[in-house]
Amino acid sequence: MSAVIKAEHISYTYPGDEDTPPVQALRDVSLEIEEGSFTAILGHNGCGKSTLAKVLCMILEPDEGTLEVYGRDMTAEDATDEDVFNARRNVGMVFQNPDNQLVATIVEEDVAFGCENLGVAPADIRRRVDEALATVGMTEYARHATHRLSGGQKQRVAIAGVLAMRRRCIIFDESTAMLDPKGRREVMDTICRLNREEGITVIHITHYMNEATLADRVVVMSEGGIIMDGTPREVFSRVSELRAAELDVPQTTELLWGLKNAGWDVAVDIFDADECAREIARALERGGHGNT
Amino acid sequence: MKADIAFGQYCEGNSFLHRLDPRWKIIFTIFYIVTIFLAKNIFAFALLLLSAVLLALSSRIKPSILIRGMKPLLFIIAFTAIINIFWLKGERLLVDFWIIHIYLEGIINALLIVTRVLLLVVGTSVILSYTTTPIALTDGIERLLSPLAKIKLPVHEFSMMMTIALRFIPTLIEETDKIMSAQKARGADFSTGSIIKRAKALVPILVPLFVSAFRRAEELALAMECRCYTGGEGRTRMNVLHSSWRDALMAGLLCVLCAGVIVLNRLGFVYNLSM
Amino acid sequence: MGTLEVKDLSYTYGKGAPYEIKALDSVNLVFEAGRITGLIGHTGSGKSTLVQMLNGLMKPDSGKVLLDGVDIWEKPKEIRNIRFRVGLVMQYPEYQLFDESAEKDIAFGPRNMGMSEDEVKEAVREAARFAGLDESLLKKSPFDLSGGQKRRAALAGVIAMRPEVLVLDEPAAGLDPGARREILGRIKKYQRESGTAVIIVSHSMEDMAMYCDTVAVMDHGRLMMTGTPAEVFSRSQELFAAGLDVPQITKVAASLKKCGVDIGLDVYTVGYALERLLPLGGKGE
Repeated sequence: MSAVIKAEHISYTYPGDEDTPPVQALRDVSLEIEEGSFTAILGHNGCGKSTLAKVLCMILEPDEGTLEVYGRDMTAEDATDEDVFNARRNVGMVFQNPDNQLVATIVEEDVAFGCENLGVAPADIRRRVDEALATVGMTEYARHATHRLSGGQKQRVAIAGVLAMRRRCIIFDESTAMLDPKGRREVMDTICRLNREEGITVIHITHYMNEATLADRVVVMSEGGIIMDGTPREVFSRVSELRAAELDVPQTTELLWGLKNAGWDVAVDIFDADECAREIARALERGGHGNT
Repeated sequence: MKADIAFGQYCEGNSFLHRLDPRWKIIFTIFYIVTIFLAKNIFAFALLLLSAVLLALSSRIKPSILIRGMKPLLFIIAFTAIINIFWLKGERLLVDFWIIHIYLEGIINALLIVTRVLLLVVGTSVILSYTTTPIALTDGIERLLSPLAKIKLPVHEFSMMMTIALRFIPTLIEETDKIMSAQKARGADFSTGSIIKRAKALVPILVPLFVSAFRRAEELALAMECRCYTGGEGRTRMNVLHSSWRDALMAGLLCVLCAGVIVLNRLGFVYNLSM
Repeated sequence: MGTLEVKDLSYTYGKGAPYEIKALDSVNLVFEAGRITGLIGHTGSGKSTLVQMLNGLMKPDSGKVLLDGVDIWEKPKEIRNIRFRVGLVMQYPEYQLFDESAEKDIAFGPRNMGMSEDEVKEAVREAARFAGLDESLLKKSPFDLSGGQKRRAALAGVIAMRPEVLVLDEPAAGLDPGARREILGRIKKYQRESGTAVIIVSHSMEDMAMYCDTVAVMDHGRLMMTGTPAEVFSRSQELFAAGLDVPQITKVAASLKKCGVDIGLDVYTVGYALERLLPLGGKGE
């Protein structure tokens, strides 16, 4: 497995102005993203996760540290705009507000926008747009007006736009935060499918725990730094640390953790309701092992 | 829903008119308008009326939609009609009562002018706005004007601005609605008081609206940059415009129509329009 | 304190047009003073329309909204007074902030009510305290506040009108867990201390379970069910059918029952589940 993105010792400070002091958003962050992986980045608002996303897709240039994208050092002295442009061809981004990233009034025109910018031949764009819309399940909406779609549908159109550009890595910057549960489900299903079936590398920034449990790897950020990094099971079993970082844990974990603290012999790294129930039933059969 | 009334005239379809090349459609619309202004008498107008009916039928747009589109013009139509009926003097006096003098010429004139307004609305909306997506329209304009890019006029930038404006108008209308509701919920009052008071009442709407529009613009710029937008240079388009036999046919038909109007204008023995 | 009641409320969008949508279909509901009522339903279920009816932003086609037994549309010209008595915090309320300081923004409602300057000052101070907005932040421009602070400033802007009924549309949308708990906790505390009727619209079943005394479920413009969180969430099959979810812990309880451990289906918070499970563990000794 090769690394898609390799960030080393990245720091970033938002420059202040007369009224506001400068804010350090990232402190010495190192992160390597493997090709084909699904990483969730968790953290409360203002923990630096969105800044990290902006650095990773080269919207912000880090003050310190190096950033390699597909083996090319973006922070090197000789890195040109051309390099950044080329790297952007490989790393796409889907933003939080579905309304503010669609450019065209018609769905398929919007999906085509990125390809048009790359100068792809018209017949080729057509094919890519059709494929991308099929992948996100929006084919029947190809000729619809973008502003009439639901939030979840808009985000899927945005994803199709990224896919049509043949990007192998997509960063989702809180792309589910403004959606209702149905839209969130639609987008998460799409993200999971892209990762599992199309082998697309996914970096998903969120503060919803249940979304993070779907990833292969969870990175938890707090105060501009990475405080935890591991599989969802590893990360979510550290309940008290997560709470200290102002995050929640899935209710299953919270329940099992409560039982464990009462002396029950149960695992806490379970996110599925059925599995959680089985674990509790098993513990009861074993005699509870509790309150000794 | 409110946003749709104010905007998005385009009606989905696949008719003959829908499938014309937008560049040609713009030219056809201009040509049709010129033809309408050439018409001078009842016969010419009758021919144009027939052509408008045929155009409307061939667009396969529901008549109810067309009629709804004309509603906002009712006032103007009524106003011009009344002016013509009551103020135009002629030879054949029909009503002569107190200060009211109505001449036959006035009535005919009113009729023709109303027809002309209707023709203009139906013609342009059926050929252009109802059957062309806004994006195809801006695309058409961009390409028609593309020779101007050679003399350094920002044709692409202009059309990109149009596209984005079209995309965001419904969003901003919706947003205005929401902000108005929010301020109304805090007791804002937009409908009573002096003009100054009412103008002041707009501040709580305009400030958040501008703030949000700027935020949207900033985010959109970022999103466009991430999608590798660098301006018009080196850009391709998914939909290549090409003229087909349909455009040639339409051009031919319009020429025949124009010729017909000119010929019929010569049958000037009934009444000629005086405006 | 105010009790809000809706009777046979109906509303249709685009009446007569081919795309007409029945947003509300004879809805009957009572929102009692001193209770937090949660309004649940997926997008398009009619709950947003209902919310805008409650303070007279929209007028029903038929049916009535009664505030302390009086129809709010009895005197249409005085609907503005109803809006002061039924405070509505819209979705993403931070987008309504406009004034040069947070303080002035919060004072917008009270000023519109015609309170005296002293009263305004007192109302703003009190509302800021309820919303958890530090005094030092009041002088700042609302646009310089953080996301969570902006939300709380907007909440204070409505609380400052001292409404008899407080309606909140998705008050915690888009906030992280910490900020969610903070704002919902503030609302609960406000409700306890002021004794007003509070109505919260939310998509989060977990939040509803935690904070509401009564839950009302809307589906296709109709009131589908209403009751305590325990009553409503125990009918999970019906909720699933309406495209809604139940708190994850309720699913665990349902699954446990299948495994032969019955702690009841009306479990809707983790604390509650623990309470019922822990004694079972003891028995196993």
